This record gives sequence, structure tokens and C-alpha cells, in this order.
Amino acid sequence: MNERKGQDNMDRKTVKKVARLARLELNDTQEERLVEQLGNIIGFVETLSEVDTNNVEPLASVVDNELRLREDKVVDGGQQDAVLKNAPETAEGYFVISKVVE
Amino acid sequence: MSTVIQGEDAVWEIVIGMEVHAQVTAESKLFSGAATAFGAEPNSQVSFIDAGMPGMLPTLNRVAVQQAVRTGLGLNAQVNHVSVFARKNYFYPDLPTGYQISQYEHPIIGEGAIEIDLPDGKVKTIGITRLHLEQDAGKSIHDMHPTKSYIDLNRAGCALMEIVSEPDIRGPDEATAYLSKLRMILQYLGTCNGNMEEGSMRADVNLSLRKLGDEKFGTRAEIKNVNSIKAVQQAIEYEAARQLEILENGGEVVQETRLWDPVKMETRSMRSKEDAHDYRYFPDPDLLPLELESEWVNSLKETLPELPDQKKHRFMEEYGLSLYDSSVLIAERSRADYYEKAANGQDPKLVANWLLNELLGALNKENTLLDDSKVSAEQLGELVGLIDDNTISGKIAKDVFAIMVETGKSPSDIVEEKGLKQVTDTGAIETLIDQVIAENPDNVAAYRGGKDKLFGFFVGQVMKKSQGKANPAMVNQILKKKL
Repeated sequence: MNERKGQDNMDRKTVKKVARLARLELNDTQEERLVEQLGNIIGFVETLSEVDTNNVEPLASVVDNELRLREDKVVDGGQQDAVLKNAPETAEGYFVISKVVE
Repeated sequence: MSTVIQGEDAVWEIVIGMEVHAQVTAESKLFSGAATAFGAEPNSQVSFIDAGMPGMLPTLNRVAVQQAVRTGLGLNAQVNHVSVFARKNYFYPDLPTGYQISQYEHPIIGEGAIEIDLPDGKVKTIGITRLHLEQDAGKSIHDMHPTKSYIDLNRAGCALMEIVSEPDIRGPDEATAYLSKLRMILQYLGTCNGNMEEGSMRADVNLSLRKLGDEKFGTRAEIKNVNSIKAVQQAIEYEAARQLEILENGGEVVQETRLWDPVKMETRSMRSKEDAHDYRYFPDPDLLPLELESEWVNSLKETLPELPDQKKHRFMEEYGLSLYDSSVLIAERSRADYYEKAANGQDPKLVANWLLNELLGALNKENTLLDDSKVSAEQLGELVGLIDDNTISGKIAKDVFAIMVETGKSPSDIVEEKGLKQVTDTGAIETLIDQVIAENPDNVAAYRGGKDKLFGFFVGQVMKKSQGKANPAMVNQILKKKL
């Protein structure tokens, strides 16, 4: 396995961007640590790129099954209370959140 | 017809591609067994799958797949025998899972084409790029509280077809013609109800300008929330003018997502979509690729109904209707069905006239849909039959029709009750005419003296005496003889 330093594969800018997309707030120390850790993971996974995969179909699943289809029947729902149970705030059957409007 | 916009010193072509989201007509959702009916109690049609609870697994709805394939066939498009569901990742309060299951690299339907009818009577072909299946999001309601938004997940997980067109559309008229035709095809297929007010069909408009004659496309803006045919027209007019101003002043159009505001009648940048092109799609590990068998696809092909354009041409040939009347009749499938039921065994042109000029006009005035009309197709046909076999005159028919619209009674019952049956008995009409002649000796003398115009006066008097029930043709004939 290639032992590479994390910084070679990952930089601060990418970590910031990924954090933003994942809605995570990171401080400087956390960012630095993640540059190293994510970089190491990518370096580890990059070993795979040594395999020649030209002309190989991507594998969707390791089980040789077909996608199962369901009949179009209403067999679920009708459980407003259960659906809303974990919500911090509700009103009149709705989830209630801080205003999000464009 | 404006496919272009006139600038200071150049003519710019308005280039448009459309993405239409159409809710699939099905009882249950794309990946869960919760109901899809519109207007239910909030959050009463939500499964734990739709609510994004941990550990819940999606199972694909067979009917949703069937509807997508039928739509693809109706769009003359290629059906892909293998397609893959992918996760589109983004955060929004009405998306509990944090990703939408959609199709990305491998959609279920590939390239196709439809014909659109333009206001000048011409036909144009618009390419379809693809159609893919995906989940709808929930609904955010912002007007129930001053500082809070309310979320209803009933719509979350409902099956949508996203139908993407090629950038073949030019200007607002072609865009609305495209949307109308697409809606019509979906309604005919029964794969989407096409109800834009309920949000069952929503359009995004991709618009760019280029100098007329240029090959290269300009930078486009994507306009969301264009949710009626009228809004499509207005949003395009606004956005084309906005981009023209930027370009003519030497600026550059920014590729971005903009929101159409139907109240302020403007488009504006949507900040929340800044990261929109970073959806990090990847194949959904909970779902295997969808494989379709040729036999199944072929069996669906055989069950396709007659589509709008086929019907239009058949109406012209079979019933001898004009292109215009046929186009209006086929515009709604239920209208075409109503017409055919009413025209069964009756004079087809006369039925078309009564439906298009009288019934639709009357319903329009009351803001009623044809589906809710008190006058059934059979009753309208019956009315035309009564005119055709001389039971009533055309003039009386209008009175009968007004009662039908109001009460929903059958025309023969109305004619019977009110005693409106046309008088076709020669003896009865002769009696009336004799009376009129006896009562108007001066006019008779004047007519016989050469005042031909007075003939109309006598017809009027006889009709009045008969309370409109005398057969006008017979009155004319007998009057001529007697005078």
C-alpha cells in the first residue's frame, strides 16, 4: 500500500467546501486534522486506481438479484402523530421551523 | 410571433430549453406505500421512508415505472432497458433524507420528439433530451406564521417525471405551445393530470440570447417557479429583456438559477442555489439498476391510447370538422370524449357547433368545467337530434338549452313539459296564417302591391302567434302560397 502524507491528496480549501456542503461548522484545528485524515483515506483508496478498469462495466451490486418492484397500493401513511413525534415544534399537523423563504 | 427580441443595433434570438416536472398518476408514492391524493390533512400521507427515518428502505412502484415508459412511448422516445437511480444531495427543510432519489447518468427514457402547433397554424418539432423518474420534495408554507415556515411532507416521495427538452424552443409563443402540447399528451396518456394549479405540473425555463444567425449559444439562466402557461409567457418576456439589457451594455449573463415572482412580475437570483451544481450524485446503494424486458415494453406500446395529433386528424376526416374546431375539441381529452359521445348518431358538425359555441361558452360564464356540466353528452346529442328531425326549431332549441344548463333535465322532457314541440301540422299553420292575414288587411294589400319587404313581417307575426313553435320553413312556404 502507498504510504502518502494526507496533505498531498487534500487541501484546506476542499475541506472547507465539503464542510459547507455538509452544513458542518469547523474551527481551524478541526480543519487541519481533517485535511490529514481525509487525505489519508483518499490516499488509501487511490490504490484502487492502479487496477486497469477500462472497458469494465461498473458493478451496481455484488448480489446477483433483480430490483424488486412493488404493487401500486396504499399500505402506509395515516400516522400523522408518529411522523411528527420527534419534531421539536409542530402546529396544526405541520412541522414548524425557522422561516426559510426566498 | 416573437422568436426574437430587438436590441439597439442587433436582433437577438430567444433560445429556450424547458424542464417540466410532471407528477405521475399513481395511487402510492415512488418508493413507499403512502397515498398521493391532493389536499389531504398535512403529514397524513407520510411513511417512515418519506420522512427519512433511519433504516427505512425504498421499494420501487411498478405503476410509476409503467407510467414513465408509457410517457416515453407517447413522446416518441427511446426506452432504456437499463436505468439507474442515483442520489442527488442537497439540504432543504422539505427534503428529510438530505438527498433526492433521481436518475442521473442513466435515465429510463432517452431522446424523443414532439410536434407543437403554433398560432400561425404551422407545426414545429421540438426534441426531447430525456425523461427520468425522481422523488418530489415536501411542501413549505410560508404564510401561516410571521417568523416560521410550516412543512407538510405529503408530497415528499411522490413520483415525478422530469422531462427535459432540447434548446429548440424560440420565444414565448413556442414555449407555451410546447407546454400545452406536452400537457395534452400526458393527459391523454393518463400519466399525469396536468393540473398546474395544484402543482402536478411545474416548469423550469432555461433561457439565453444569441445574435440572430450566430451558431453558438449564449450563457443561460434557469428560471424556476414558472407554474402556469401565462407565467411562462411573462417570465420569458421579462428574462429576455433583462438579458438583452446586460448584453447590450457590454456585460455578461451569469449562469445561475433565478426565481420567477408572479406578484412582482420579475425574476431574481436564488442565493440558495449557489451550490446547485454540486449535488454529488452517486448510484443509490439501496436500489439495484432497473431492468425492463422488451416484451413488457411492447405490451405497453399496444395499450397506448390515441394521442392528440392522431385524434385531431381523425376528427377532420371522420366528422368533416375544420382544423380549428378539431384542435379546440382535442385540446382536452375529456372534451374530445364528450364530443364523440354527443356526436354519436347525430350530425357531427351541428354537435361541434353546439358544444364549442353554446355549451363551452355557457360553462365559461359560470366558471364550470365540462366535467362538472349539468348537461350530459347524451343530452346535448339528443338536443341536436331534436333540431335535426324538426321536433323543435333552432330558436326554441336555444331556450331549451338554457333550461338544460340550469337544471340538467333532458331536452325531450323540457320540450314535453313546456309544450315546445314544433308545429309541423300543415292545417294548424294554415289556420295561424289565415288569422294573421285577416288581422292585417292593410299590410296584405301593400305586400300584394309590391312591398316585398313585408314578407318578413308576416313570418314574424305567424311565429309570434305560434309562440315560436311553428316550423319556420313551413311557415315560409305556406305564406308564399297564401299571399
